[in-house]
Amino acid sequence: MLEGVRPSEITATETSLRRFLHGLPGVDQVGAEARAAGLSTRSIKTTAKQTAIDLAISMIDLTTLEGQDTPGKVRALCSKAQRPDPSDPSVPAVAAVCVYPDLVTTAKQALGTSGIKVASVATAFPSGRSSLAVKQQDTRDAVAAGADEVDMVIDRGAFLAGRYGAVYDEIVAVKEASGDAHLKVILETGELATYDNVRRASWLAMLAGGDFIKTSTGKVSPAATLPVTLVMLEAVRDFRDATGRQVGVKPAGGIRTTKDAIRNLVLVNETAGDDWLEPDWFRIGASSLLNDLLMQRQKMKTGRYSGPDYFTLD
Amino acid sequence: MAKLEYAPAPESRAIVDIASSYGLFIGGEFVGPVDGTPFKTVNPATEEVLAEVSAAGPADVDNAVAAARRAYDRVWSKLTGRDRGKYLFRIARILQERSRELAVLESIDNGKPIRESRDVDVPLVAAHFFYYAGWADKLAYAGFGPDPKPHGVAGQVIPWNFPLLMLAWKIAPALAAGNTVVLKPAETTPLTALLFAEICQQADLPPGVVNIVTGAGETGRALVEHPDVDKVAFTGSTEVGKQIARSIAGSAKKATLELGGKAANIVFDDAPIDQAVEGIVNGIFFNQGHVCCAGSRLLVQESVSDELMNRLKRRLTTLRVGDPLDKNTDIGAINSAEQLARIRELSEVGEAEGAQRWSPPCELPDRGYWFPPTLFTGVSQAHRIAREEIFGPVLSVLTFRTPAEAVEKANNTPYGLSAGVWTDKGSRILWMAQQLRAGVVWANTFNRFDPTSPFGGYKESGYGREGGRHGLGAYLR
Amino acid sequence: MSERLAVKKTYKLYIGGAFPRSESGRSYEITDSRGRFLANAAMASRKDARDAVVAARKAFGAWSAATAYNRGQILYRVAEVMEGRRSQFVDEVASGEGVSRSRAEKVVDEAIDRWVWYAGWSDKIAQVAGSSNPVAGPYFDFSVPEPTGVVAILAPQASSLLGLTSVLAPAVVSGNTAVVLAAEARPLPAITLAEALATSDVPGGVVNLLTGRTAEVAPWLASHMDVNAIDLTGVAGDEEQARTLETEAAENLKRVLRPAATEPDWTSEPGLDRLTYYLETKTVWHPVGV
Repeated sequence: MLEGVRPSEITATETSLRRFLHGLPGVDQVGAEARAAGLSTRSIKTTAKQTAIDLAISMIDLTTLEGQDTPGKVRALCSKAQRPDPSDPSVPAVAAVCVYPDLVTTAKQALGTSGIKVASVATAFPSGRSSLAVKQQDTRDAVAAGADEVDMVIDRGAFLAGRYGAVYDEIVAVKEASGDAHLKVILETGELATYDNVRRASWLAMLAGGDFIKTSTGKVSPAATLPVTLVMLEAVRDFRDATGRQVGVKPAGGIRTTKDAIRNLVLVNETAGDDWLEPDWFRIGASSLLNDLLMQRQKMKTGRYSGPDYFTLD
Repeated sequence: MAKLEYAPAPESRAIVDIASSYGLFIGGEFVGPVDGTPFKTVNPATEEVLAEVSAAGPADVDNAVAAARRAYDRVWSKLTGRDRGKYLFRIARILQERSRELAVLESIDNGKPIRESRDVDVPLVAAHFFYYAGWADKLAYAGFGPDPKPHGVAGQVIPWNFPLLMLAWKIAPALAAGNTVVLKPAETTPLTALLFAEICQQADLPPGVVNIVTGAGETGRALVEHPDVDKVAFTGSTEVGKQIARSIAGSAKKATLELGGKAANIVFDDAPIDQAVEGIVNGIFFNQGHVCCAGSRLLVQESVSDELMNRLKRRLTTLRVGDPLDKNTDIGAINSAEQLARIRELSEVGEAEGAQRWSPPCELPDRGYWFPPTLFTGVSQAHRIAREEIFGPVLSVLTFRTPAEAVEKANNTPYGLSAGVWTDKGSRILWMAQQLRAGVVWANTFNRFDPTSPFGGYKESGYGREGGRHGLGAYLR
Repeated sequence: MSERLAVKKTYKLYIGGAFPRSESGRSYEITDSRGRFLANAAMASRKDARDAVVAARKAFGAWSAATAYNRGQILYRVAEVMEGRRSQFVDEVASGEGVSRSRAEKVVDEAIDRWVWYAGWSDKIAQVAGSSNPVAGPYFDFSVPEPTGVVAILAPQASSLLGLTSVLAPAVVSGNTAVVLAAEARPLPAITLAEALATSDVPGGVVNLLTGRTAEVAPWLASHMDVNAIDLTGVAGDEEQARTLETEAAENLKRVLRPAATEPDWTSEPGLDRLTYYLETKTVWHPVGV
């Protein structure tokens, strides 16, 4: 089915692109959800849990994307990113901080030489409803301000209307405007509605050159459900088998507890495999998750259940 | 070393209380055997002896049947359907309350992973009792006439692969319909049946309505051939099923038989491939392949065969074989040394006949009975491993070109219990379902069971149905 | 020696899983069969009725989508909880219907058993009322029963618990949600039943219970355009009322269950009529071919 994939032939015309995407194997909803549910029963305890918690922390894109964000808020977030638990220096730092383009400069300054990346949303996030020119400018502004990563949104309206070529062209254009920054492509899976669409959109984003495929903006529910992440992990695995190129996956939105995070890691472990169990290839977009991970980490160290007073706000 | 190694996650054994020895459950009490010799039941994952169990000799079987007859004549046949239903509802509730205990005990005695006994077996057991509890006072609506009657005393013999679930499939409808029962669990898995007897006591079930006689083949034969048993229900091997059919010939006894299978799991080129891989794995490795309806023959359309096999082999490398009480175990122990020997023998035959054998790398424990998940490719209908039921985690892979050929190959067997069909096309699912000579057809899924859904075989896979409205038919006249 | 003063119960409406008083703030006296004061029951207004319908509609999606097994489990749980409240029910039935304690006990036992009977239908009605149909062509054709939606029920006036159970359980077991107007003069067992429902995992809004004047509230339910069916048992014997309500109900072609001339004997086994009355049959065709 997926052998001998030649990207340039596939994307040559709207017709060939559609034929390819619609020719991908279907996803049976009940089966996919059952597989995700089955993997959720994995019991990750003791040493495995410790490893998983630290791995999850190191994969977090600590996020603030609110209309009411200010430089003060962003600086506090960056401080938390570097030092998630002031009382425990053994806690790993997060992977990145994720903000709106006009706050990238603030974030960059606050993070200094910590090595934590700055990811910026762009392309008229979260709706994606604007002209290509505006989206490209949005991207360039973010990159000029120092963003290491760009999280773009696809045009869901075009996708659902079947104009796959338009979606493809936009991703290519934004990739170009991103320069050296890594491009994450947000599919907004909650709006795509079916797993077949999630599979198709994943392939579309990868064919267009995305470095990461990301589930959601976090502004629409449902966001990153386990079956959706499962389908996307299958897609990146199959894409690498077919083309040799590895693309990362980022579930975002709705991952609030350690249990959620660990379930995601189990999915990666048993679907795409070890090669993706790295912050370079798997990120978790979250905000309140970090404190829950820290609470669980502390419980494993001290044996006591903890409470919110013992963990800092960001 | 993988980046995320799963640490041991054992389910605690503390919840079960296994006695050192067990009597027979006759007339509402545990009694010592009159003329049988005791035997031991063993944990197949460790070979540790769990308990000494009584074997019921002919006189014991006689007592049990007499107790069932007394209970039928004096109590059970005089109760309203409403009251029979209430007893069954009570039993269902207690099964739910003691669910963890039952699941752990089942895994220890049978070898199946705790995840399966906890998430599949035990919930289905309670659901079966709930379902049939509700039929007890509605028999007039079941489609068997305005006033259907029970047979009387049912003799029931069940296998070791789903001990408690097979017990539920037998006892729930029998009691709902108004019969009393004498049930013989399999020799290697008596413990959950004996715990069920305790549950009957907790529910205040009138003595003698349910009797449990443990033992081996001899006990089963004595029960089936007993002149005062009106109805025989058997799940087990086709060979024994035929013996039973012969032994009741010319008598007034009714029988239902649920026997072996060699199901074809058919994957078309347009199948939702990742779910198909899951379905194949579920079909043959669920419960270590100790499933009569297992998808033990994979029929894959030739045009997607290579791709499917690559995906399947990759998927098999994530299967975890080991301690049944570890919550992360996917494949548990083989139930007995005998069964392990049979699986090994047939696997050797497969190699000798020229099929290519493959297993993912896996570490098997030193003690206990273990067999790794195994594939044979290059199999054809003429191979023994395509015809004979192995009853283990061994998949035979064959190919086909067209739907008609798939049907032909799938039906080319004396068995006819189940089949699987994987395709994205609705009309093809329905066409295949129509053509397949199998009692259960799973489309884009496999090994799904529900108390409302009738289950049973065509041809030498047996006759009669269990589950659903149809399942009442076995126990009414 | 002084007797302990009892803490008397307040009887409120049951809407959307909560127990509000009437938005109108009104109540009315409930007396026993000899005219002695028992309690003030809330007197529901048209707005309460309106709110109840909204709650019922909101709950319909999830309740009808729940598995039959799940609904059966929940209804069986209701019976368990009713069994626990047996003596409270017996008091209310005895005082409200003017029957002896032992008669009331029989009635309550029958009501609980009736609930169990209906709980057991949840995962069987599709097998009895549905079918696959052997059409003359290469099609797989099957019919499934589905719940109709929101059912308004005027509960029987005389049998305040057993009759109530017999008109309510068949509606909800198959996935419908209900707005029930309790027996006007003897609504207390109905409220206690609502308390049992509220503590039995029945989702809020699946059953909503109003107490008050039948003549005042019934027309608002009969004319409501978002109610799919209406059971007129509560106006049995009043032909005029029944005709008026049925006429109102015709505006959106509600399925109308007409009242009998007099209240039936609720002790006899119900049969399938009430159960199937609130079901729509959906028939599906699909070709069979490679």
